[in-house]
Amino acid sequence: MDRKPKPTSEDAALGTTEQPQYELRLYVISSTPQSMRAVANIRRICEDHLAGRYALEVIDLAQHPYLAEGEQIIAAPTLVKKLPLPLRRFIGDLSKTDRVLLGLDLREA
Amino acid sequence: MESEPVEGMKNVKTAVARGSVLPKSPTGIQGLDQITGGGLPTGRPTLVCGSAGAGKTMLAIEFLVRGATEFGEPGVFMMFEENAAELTANVRSLGFDLDTLVAENKLRLDHVHIERSEIEETGDYDLEGLFIRIGYAIDSIGAKRVVLDTLEALFSGLPNHAILRAELRRLFRWLKDRGVTAIITGERGEHSLTRYGLEEYVADCVIVLDHRVVGQVSTRRLRVMKYRGSAHGTNEYPFLIGTSGISVLPITSISLDHGASNERVSSGIARLDEMFEKKGYYRGSSVLVTGTPGTGKTSLCAAFVDAACQRGERALWFVFEESASQLVRNMRSIGIDLQRWIDDGSLEIHASRPTLHGMEQHLLAMHDAILRAQPGVVAVDPISNLAFEANTADVKPVLMRLIDFLKQQQITGLFTSLTQGGTPAIEDSQLGVSSLMDTWLLLRNLEYNGERNRTLYVLKSRGMSHSNQVREFVMRDTGLDLIEAYAGNDRVLTGTARLVQEAQERVATQQRRLEHERRLRALTVKRKALEAQIAALQLEAEATGAEADSAVSQEASHAAAEKHDTRGFAGRRGGAARTTVSAIRTSARRKQ
Repeated sequence: MDRKPKPTSEDAALGTTEQPQYELRLYVISSTPQSMRAVANIRRICEDHLAGRYALEVIDLAQHPYLAEGEQIIAAPTLVKKLPLPLRRFIGDLSKTDRVLLGLDLREA
Repeated sequence: MESEPVEGMKNVKTAVARGSVLPKSPTGIQGLDQITGGGLPTGRPTLVCGSAGAGKTMLAIEFLVRGATEFGEPGVFMMFEENAAELTANVRSLGFDLDTLVAENKLRLDHVHIERSEIEETGDYDLEGLFIRIGYAIDSIGAKRVVLDTLEALFSGLPNHAILRAELRRLFRWLKDRGVTAIITGERGEHSLTRYGLEEYVADCVIVLDHRVVGQVSTRRLRVMKYRGSAHGTNEYPFLIGTSGISVLPITSISLDHGASNERVSSGIARLDEMFEKKGYYRGSSVLVTGTPGTGKTSLCAAFVDAACQRGERALWFVFEESASQLVRNMRSIGIDLQRWIDDGSLEIHASRPTLHGMEQHLLAMHDAILRAQPGVVAVDPISNLAFEANTADVKPVLMRLIDFLKQQQITGLFTSLTQGGTPAIEDSQLGVSSLMDTWLLLRNLEYNGERNRTLYVLKSRGMSHSNQVREFVMRDTGLDLIEAYAGNDRVLTGTARLVQEAQERVATQQRRLEHERRLRALTVKRKALEAQIAALQLEAEATGAEADSAVSQEASHAAAEKHDTRGFAGRRGGAARTTVSAIRTSARRKQ
């Protein structure tokens, strides 16, 4: 598989905390409204809940279509939580914040 | 002739040029292109649905492999259930080497894995990711064909069916716009063609696969349910997943247009050939041999294939009762050595249990074997066993397909059929196929005088004069022969009765000849006796004649002497002397 593209924004803040580091990737399609909403939503959530301990890559599938196969992407937008395990995929524009937080293990059920 | 079905790639292209017929992409699957009149609709999606294990994936992958290898159309296989390694392993048994095709960029495999437990729906989305994936796969190898197997996995993976359905509709539209010929597979639903109603999105062509078990025997069937804008065969066609892929048996779609040959082939028995104008069967004709058990049907087959091999033709023999080696051994006992033909490759014996497959599958297997071997003759022994489990009514159309197929290939076929014992059963167990046959031989056991004898009749033989006589069918260790049965005294005799009758006739003839000779001899003797008598009388007659002559000459000399004496005495006038002399001469004459 080809190399991953460079992260477009939001470099991780490295810390030595006991709290887990988050590695997130958001796959979007250029400029669809859903994708733009998803980017805004995940940035907000990360800043609100994961400040300083996350790495987020936003990847445009329209420009890197070969990544869809390797990452098993079918829906757009899709957020993949690579770390911490278990791997989880969030499909949709991430507007249901509760569900996102639940899936990221950031809120007790 | 706008709706005329087209066949083959070339015709499809001409059709495109004419713009009058729906362009079609040949699948390369044996038989399917015939049913669909050239293949699947080019640039459109086709739905293939069926229950689990019906052969959907096999059909789809063969469509891609044939496209890539035979028609120069690379293909993309999007799989939602198996992964690439599993699929590659599964189709290797069909002789498809996916790894090589992938390496040559003729095929691209993509496993779409959806793990429901990993997925969280968080709002609005679409399936653009899948579109991009397919699009990328198509572009990477310039694919013309796409398979989606099976999309229904999406329904269990994605909870929001409203979005999914909208996206599927868009997907099919998008596939059409891309101009790829696609196969979408779908699992059979209870009340609909597919569990999630995929048929409502794919409106162009729908193929239904079915896998039925009747009487413990399974048969796969294929039906083209819908083909928009094209004529197609609507029947259910049996199909087989064999060692070289799928083959569908579409032969009912073939019209009766096979050529008829005037060439003759020997039946393997000289005296039987004699019954058909001394030349045998027509090449490409179908011969039915019926008979009760033990009447010599198999032996007739053996003679037939043996003769073909001797002519240097290839022969195929399908057997459903004996194993090949048993058959070879048994036929050796009537002087037919089949082993040498098996060894030199001219004879193939396919022995299988009738219950191994459904009868359609048997016929498909034969079909495959025949296409592979290209034989000159084919024998099937017996067809009645094929119908072991099946309903007899089902058998006829299938056999008809086989017979038609053989005729098209100009292969002479010999079929045997077992009839049950008892006199009224002659018409039984022909499975209604006798009307399809060109020649029908009936073998019968005649029971008479404490023994059974084999007899052979020619019930019919189209297009040639043939003997109407019954012959006695004799098997010896030197081979098979037909003997003219004794016909006379208002009855036909065979076996010992014939031998006895012939012996009696021989004795009678012998006696008559002896009697004749005796009479001839007697007459000869009599004639010879008469001739001897004639000879004796002749001699006597000759002797009598000689005596008469001598008497005449004596008398003459006497007369002369007397005259002389008389003249002498008269001179002397002595009467006494004269008397004395004449008395002496008279007494001398008396003494003689």
